[in-house]
Amino acid sequence: MGGRASAFLLVGFAALGLGLASLSAQTADAPPSDRKSGFDYMGPDSQAMQKDDLSNPGMLGVLDGEAMWNAPAGTTQKSCAACHGDARESMKGVAAKYPLLDEATKTPIDLVGRIDQCRVDRQQAAALPREGRESLALTAFVGLQSRGMPLAPPDDARLTPFRKAGEALYTRRMGQLNFSCAQCHDDNAGGHLGSAPIPQAHPTGYPIYRLEWQSLGSLQRRLRNCMVGTRAEPFAYGSPEFINLELYLNWRARGMEVETPGVRP
Amino acid sequence: MARALINVPSKAKRGDVVEIKTLMSHPMETGFRTGSDGALVPRNIISRFACTYNGEVVFSAELFPAISANPFISFTTVATESGTLVFSWTDDKGQTQVQTAAITVE
Ligand code: HEC
Ligand code: HEC
Repeated sequence: MGGRASAFLLVGFAALGLGLASLSAQTADAPPSDRKSGFDYMGPDSQAMQKDDLSNPGMLGVLDGEAMWNAPAGTTQKSCAACHGDARESMKGVAAKYPLLDEATKTPIDLVGRIDQCRVDRQQAAALPREGRESLALTAFVGLQSRGMPLAPPDDARLTPFRKAGEALYTRRMGQLNFSCAQCHDDNAGGHLGSAPIPQAHPTGYPIYRLEWQSLGSLQRRLRNCMVGTRAEPFAYGSPEFINLELYLNWRARGMEVETPGVRP
Repeated sequence: MARALINVPSKAKRGDVVEIKTLMSHPMETGFRTGSDGALVPRNIISRFACTYNGEVVFSAELFPAISANPFISFTTVATESGTLVFSWTDDKGQTQVQTAAITVE
């Protein structure tokens, strides 16, 4: 299934190459009033699916995450709730500020990485593989507690070099098709790639339920799809490159509403 | 455990047509896909869904491959009396998941 979908995307991306070559670069950062979530580019059916918690398939993952939150785990047999209590209180607004600087390592850490620290160090349980069902479920459950709140990346000068590195990746051409993220998501946002509208690439809904995947997936999975589309070698899950990119994307989208769990085509 | 989301109005007037929506978590493996080892992943889909209202079947469906994972099924019925709706999903492995919802008819 994945193979067929990416083959289709390749045709689309290659066709776009012909069109893009003649376009000149426009402004980078859209002013706040012009910023649109991927939600705004979806049809009314998909929007309705996201808006109704009893139709949004991402909520099935959230329910799994809630069960995990309350279940004892690891050699300590402590649940997340044993230390953090009611997630609606303790996790409110938490997802909206990640990635942030991990004080121990002085490097940025994303929400998945932070949850994993608690799993491994505090519950003494096995790490959850990134992109596995359980990791996505817990992240979606924690993410939901920030829904409706503005993305609030910390204004921490120590993060600046990492964010700048993310911005450099965003504007760097990559892959056999030689596209940068910015060429699609800044210069051609609102246009189309085949039949798919090109969104502004705001990471407001993650983890998302993507209809094409028929499952929840992380921002990094989404970014890997875009990279494969340009025939670039995608970065590894959890790599510093992806976390730097996420830092930059969150900064670019600061103030926009968290939608987790979003629905996307 | 599989999870389901069910949307039934908790209250309705007698004779009203009520809309019922169900969302069931299930991989709906078609049987046509190959795994990372190149072997076919065995088919496992929900093949039957049914809803009874105070014991009487008011809606049922047979499902086939090419229906998406986590199938969403919605239908309508007439609110006749207060009682219980029982939903059941049966898959190729013979596993049946049952969920109930109450409705009050005034
Ligand atoms: C050739 C054009 C193209 C390039 C290059 C590209 N993307 Fe995308 N991107 C798309 C399209 C098209 C979609 C929407 C796909 C869909 O709806 O099926 C998308 C979706 C996204 C989304 C999801 C937004 C949402 O609402 O959830 C993000 C984030 C994103 N891209 C980031 C990136 C980043 C970062 C890069 C560079 C590493 C990149 N993209 C490179 C075309 C591109
Ligand atoms: C033994 C107690 C304990 C357990 C069990 C535990 N945590 Fe934590 N968690 C902590 C402590 C202590 C912190 C650090 C708080 C701080 O730095 O302000 C933390 C921090 C976090 C943070 C970051 C909060 C923030 O504001 O940045 C998240 C997210 C988190 N935990 C999620 C989880 C999840 C999910 C689980 C279950 C898988 C879990 N924790 C299990 C003690 C625990």
